[in-house]
This record gives sequence, C-alpha cells and structure tokens, in this order.
Amino acid sequence: MGVEPQEVVKLICTLLEPFNGDSIELNKLTDLTTDLHIDSVAIMDLLMAVEDTYDISIPINRVSDTRTIEDLAIVVHETIKAG
Amino acid sequence: MDLFDKFQFVSDVSDQIFKLGHNPFGVCMDRILSPTRAEINGQETILAGTNNYLGLTFDPECLDAARAAIGADGSGTTGSRIANGTFAGHRDLELALADYLGFKSVMVFTTGYQANLGAISGLANSKDTVFIDADCHASIYDGCVMSGATVIRFRHNDAEDLDKRLRRAGGDDSNKLVIVEGLYSMLGDRPVLADFVRVKAKHNAYLMVDEAHSLGVYGPNGRGLAEEEGVLKDIDFVVGTFSKSLGAIGGFCASNHPKFDLMRLTSHPYMYTASLSPSNVASVLTALRLMQERPELRAQLQQNSRTLYDGLTELGFTICADNGPIIAVKTTGPEEAAFMWNKLLDYGVYVNLAIPPGTPNGISLLRCSMSAAHSEDDIKGICAAFKKVGHDVSQTQAAETGA
Repeated sequence: MGVEPQEVVKLICTLLEPFNGDSIELNKLTDLTTDLHIDSVAIMDLLMAVEDTYDISIPINRVSDTRTIEDLAIVVHETIKAG
Repeated sequence: MDLFDKFQFVSDVSDQIFKLGHNPFGVCMDRILSPTRAEINGQETILAGTNNYLGLTFDPECLDAARAAIGADGSGTTGSRIANGTFAGHRDLELALADYLGFKSVMVFTTGYQANLGAISGLANSKDTVFIDADCHASIYDGCVMSGATVIRFRHNDAEDLDKRLRRAGGDDSNKLVIVEGLYSMLGDRPVLADFVRVKAKHNAYLMVDEAHSLGVYGPNGRGLAEEEGVLKDIDFVVGTFSKSLGAIGGFCASNHPKFDLMRLTSHPYMYTASLSPSNVASVLTALRLMQERPELRAQLQQNSRTLYDGLTELGFTICADNGPIIAVKTTGPEEAAFMWNKLLDYGVYVNLAIPPGTPNGISLLRCSMSAAHSEDDIKGICAAFKKVGHDVSQTQAAETGA
C-alpha cells in the first residue's frame, strides 16, 4: 500500500483534535504526553482508528516508546510497509 | 535528575485527589468487623468495594480449616515448590479445582496477579502473538510484556474486531492466544463468550478466559461465565483467583492441554516465588466446597446486586453496565468522583474510586461490588449515603453557578 508518511501524520493530527483542549497547533513534533496530556490508554484507543484506516494491526509493544506524533506516524508507516 | 522525576505526573494527579480529603488509595481499616463492615477513622463503615462476592472471609468452616492447617503444617512454606517441594495441600487444591472445573490439570499460583503473569509468560514467548481485549486487567497486560510476545489489542467485547485482527495476522505462522475476561472489573460488563469461541476456532487460536470476578458468581455451579454460556469445554485455559469469591489469596490456571504441566518449568511467577501458605490453601479448599454446597449464596448475591442496582438507578445515578455484582457509578470526572468518594466515606460507606488511566474510555467511577453477606440494612445504608452525596453534588454545582 503506497501511503506517504505525511498522510499518516495528517490523519493522526485529525484524530487528536478532540484531545486538543488548549487548541495548540498540532504538528509532527507535538508531544502526546506533555503537550496534549494524553495517557497511554487513550493513545492505544486512538490508534485503533488508524489501524482500521490502513487495515493493519499495530502491536502495543511498538507503541510504548512513542512520544511525538512523528514517532507514532513512523510506527504506523513501518507497519503498513511490512504488510 | 532524580529517579522519581518521571513519576511527577502521578504526584500531580494524586496531590489533586488527596487535597479533597482522605487518601482513596491508602484507606486503613482499623478493625475488620465482618465481610461487610469495618472500622475506618473510628467509624463503623459499610464495605461496598471488597469483591468479597460470597462473603466467605469470616465463614467458621474456612477459619477452622485455616487454624487446623497452621497447627499441622506451620505458618508458611518458606520457599517455592520447585525448591522446597509441594505440600500435600497444594496438590489437593489443584486436584479439587481440576475436578470442580472439569479440566485435566490445574496449577495454583501465590496471587491472582501472578496467575495471569505466570500463565501468559509461561505459555507465550517472542514467537507467539497474544490478542487481548482492550479492557483487560493490568495483570494481563503485564503478563504479555513479561512473555515478550507480540501483543495486539482488540476493541472491548468485540469479537468481530478480534476476527479482523486475527485475519490481518493470518499470514504469519505464530501461535495465537486470545485473552478475555468473564466479568470486567471496572465497568462490570461481560463478553458473549460464544462469539469469541467461534472466532478463535475459525482462526485456530487458543482462548484464555480470566474468570477472576466471575468464578462463584455465574453458572449453575458457580464455575464462571463459560459455564453459564455452556462453552467451558471450548476454553483452552481458564484463569482465576482465590481472593474474591473464595475469600483468601492466590490464583490458578486450568487446562486440558496434554503438555500443560510443562508450565511448571517455564513459568517464572510460579517457579520463583514462595508457594501458598498452608492456612490459605486450607481456607480456599473449604471455600471451594462451600461454594458448591451453598448455591443460595449466588442467589443472594444476585438479589443484593439487583436491589442496589435498582436503588441507585432510582436515585438517578448512571450505572456503566447491566445489573451484576460490580456496580460502577459513572461521574463527570476525577474531581467529582473524588469529592463523592470522600463524602461517601464520611457517611460511612466505602467504595472504590477508579479514575483514568486505570479506567477505560477516560471515565471516572465509584465502583461498588456486592456481597451475598450484605444485609438489607447494608444496602439501604449504601443507597442512603449515595442519596446524600447526590444532594451534596447538586448543592456544590448550584453554588458554583450562583444559582
């Protein structure tokens, strides 16, 4: 599946808007915990929508070290590429 | 930089909660008066958050058996079964559980937490894939981490979502283990196990059901949700605990797999911890017999749950699931939940405060768990306290809005 990394970042930003109570500008460097105050369970819940979009399953082992939107996008993109 | 700096957010959240009054995570019960009453801060308090579903913690037969075992076998085993040996009580308890559940083999663990840790890490490794319900207990998540397996999370109680994820993983040749619970401890809801049995069979996966909260509660013989649905024979591994319906501490895993006992040599949480103490084993063995001899306890539990569920619903509270022994009252957020929890304790009722990230979907709960030992007066007392707290919340809201 040919998916550009920027497209994944854009999708994650869209899904994160409901958590953006302070209306900060979301970009690939936004930190999920310190900028958006999202806990690990919410991040895993959010990923489910990403998984359905690309018909993939992302092991939760791969999510634990992600801090920024870009980190998440890389995990998603790599999972898509791995097929 | 300090070692504890990374936990600053925990400190920030707990400070917010603690400043509202008591420490909800550090309540000291000065005296335990019965399965449903304790003295807290000098006040006799109704316990509505104990998971003591059948109320057996003070049963005279269980206590006598525990006392006798201490006299016969001593106060502890002082080591693990692989090093210090198995006591006859451990063997007897495993045989009794296997007979009761109708499985070929049972292994007991020293706590319920360790049962999940030990079963999952004893069964799976980095070559396997484990599929867990999103709302699974922390012990299941921790067991998965310990196993080193690839872990895929599926939507809560959604067998179709599991089906989809198993399909996506269809190309790899890893063994696949699916884990669900018989009764989820936070919201008090339960799956349709038959759906999960169908999906796991379709994909040739194994199914583990954690009946920690449902053992002794569901099924004509109290064997859990799998018995109630008539699918017990289709479950590959049943995990459970002794610290709820059986009124003590410990856990188990049961299976018909012919190589199941290999786990005694692969599961570190089984191998490298002190085994269950003789008094505990004797108490659980007795409680297991009483659970079978006294089906009226299950009936009483159901009746008590219904009474509280209806009472709280009539008062206008929102309960997170259908009627059951876990009655989770939904609140608007952690602050309101903590405020209400403190008021309830002041009014003489102890419940569990549950807030994110320990809860699903970011909700904050006042979690009640019912017991067969609750009296009518206990339940009336719980409802009366909730009514007063509801009034307190309304008054506070009115004051804040200047109404």
